[in-house]
Amino acid sequence: MQTQMRGNAHVFGKNINTDYIISGKYKFKSTDMKDLSTHLMEDIRPGFHKEIKNGNFIVGGENFGMGSSREQAPLVIQAAGISAVLAKSFARIFFRNCINVGLPVIECDTSKIEEGDELFVDLEKGVVVNKTKGIEIKAVALPPVMVKILNDGGLAEHFKKYGGFNL
Amino acid sequence: MGSIAEEILSAHVGKAVKAGEIVVAPVDYMMSQDGTTPLTIKAFEDMNGQKVLDPSKYSIVIDHNVPSPIEGVSNLHKKMREFAKKHGVKLYDIGEGVCHTLLPESGKVAPGMIVIGADSHTTTYGALNVFSSGVGSTDMAAALISGKMWFKVPETIKLVYDGKLQKGVYSKDVALHMVGTLTSNGATYKALEIYGDVIDAMSVDARMTISNLAVETGAKAGLMACDEKTVKYLADKTKVPFKPVYATMDAKYERVIVEDLSDMSPQIACPPDVDNVVPIDKVAGLPLDQIYIGTCTNGRYEDLEIAAKILDGKTVNKSTRLIVAPSSKMILTQGLETGIIGKLVKAGATVLSPSCGPCVGTCNGVPSDGENVLSTANRNFKGRMGNTKADIYLSSPATAAYSAIKGCIADPREVL
Repeated sequence: MQTQMRGNAHVFGKNINTDYIISGKYKFKSTDMKDLSTHLMEDIRPGFHKEIKNGNFIVGGENFGMGSSREQAPLVIQAAGISAVLAKSFARIFFRNCINVGLPVIECDTSKIEEGDELFVDLEKGVVVNKTKGIEIKAVALPPVMVKILNDGGLAEHFKKYGGFNL
Repeated sequence: MGSIAEEILSAHVGKAVKAGEIVVAPVDYMMSQDGTTPLTIKAFEDMNGQKVLDPSKYSIVIDHNVPSPIEGVSNLHKKMREFAKKHGVKLYDIGEGVCHTLLPESGKVAPGMIVIGADSHTTTYGALNVFSSGVGSTDMAAALISGKMWFKVPETIKLVYDGKLQKGVYSKDVALHMVGTLTSNGATYKALEIYGDVIDAMSVDARMTISNLAVETGAKAGLMACDEKTVKYLADKTKVPFKPVYATMDAKYERVIVEDLSDMSPQIACPPDVDNVVPIDKVAGLPLDQIYIGTCTNGRYEDLEIAAKILDGKTVNKSTRLIVAPSSKMILTQGLETGIIGKLVKAGATVLSPSCGPCVGTCNGVPSDGENVLSTANRNFKGRMGNTKADIYLSSPATAAYSAIKGCIADPREVL
């Protein structure tokens, strides 16, 4: 998995729920994530998917991903070309789902990141550099089990590799 | 020696584990619904899954989008039926009911178990002393193949609700109060243990409403102790012996919150977040365009019974619409036999087949622009019911029923 990433920030507020990420009215219709990704954040930022350049980041406040267990949420973020999600804190099921599908999640102080800021993320070192602001932000380390699943490319790949849990 | 969560997880891994440890534990029951099963099947295939390890421990429920309104959904439902048939797992098809009512009702969950569901409101079974939590589809597929799941043993917040609820105040009001005070991330990564006179006095069905909303505080589980009511509830549902699990005297809690709820009014969660909770007098009189009674939170028999009692012989206000969805076929049948469904229909309710579509905006009750909705569901996020330009308020079934007569948010204590 890629451990160093560069891109620009798309900033959202606190308590971004999974219904905002992908609305219930769409998620039941299809498992084509590319198709569903055109509705990413549609309810709170219509047309958002058109703003995304491949490799950009979604940046949130506290409790990012609260709400449902829908795995479509991290999958549409991935399919839209987002390379990682940064937030002050994450909701539990969303956080697990991101790791399971191989979408990096970075818990850090996002208060000094503004829309469009150029970011450099180093997952191994656990740092986020805001190049626009010239500041370095330390990330909270992931639990070792999650690092292992993420490094294997997600839980499906982990299972393929070991035939079961090998944590 | 620990909290209920620590004790259940310890019993499953065969050694004493404490909050913060990571465990891989056997899972006693699994469930996924029509929003999450298609991706579970995909993950199962991606993992080269050949068979469901123990098909008797898994149910698939088609409840969120039924009967199918469009071909995309129909094709996914078909895929689910085919998977269930191929692997010999129980499938609850359209009209059977809502997942979180069906599992307890059919005796599939019992005290001391670990249950995972690909649905966030899987916390519901905590009321039956079950460590039950929502997971995503990939986790579900991993558990289907291996029979196991990894967990971080959670810290626990202990809540004690003492006193006696006023007439017209119900478990939903307690649940909304809990979410309002803990906030939407106050218990993230943690378990709740919920006790007190108020809980002791409640039916098991009413308790499930509180455990159901535990996830709205971010919690992993909303656990309660097993008591005589729990045992009685399960007596005619399951023959499998079970072992209730209690917290030990020396259990350590992250926090203990003790409150007396004797003076609490009916509560309302205002848009657009479940923790935006106010006493009913702050919003009484707000005109309503649609009212919805049902869902995994409040679609059980006693919820419809109180609504029917309030609406009996009355009519739904001309300025509003009332939609009622029993949360299982058993509840619908019982309600037809006892006459409560007839009372609701005569009062002007539109009764849906057992399902939960309107709550999540899939079908059967999408509000129009600028409308106010009062719902007994669990989420009031912008766009949750399928229209971002409608506002959703959450309440108990009694508040919803009385508000249907008045056409605006109204305090059920006026008639109870």
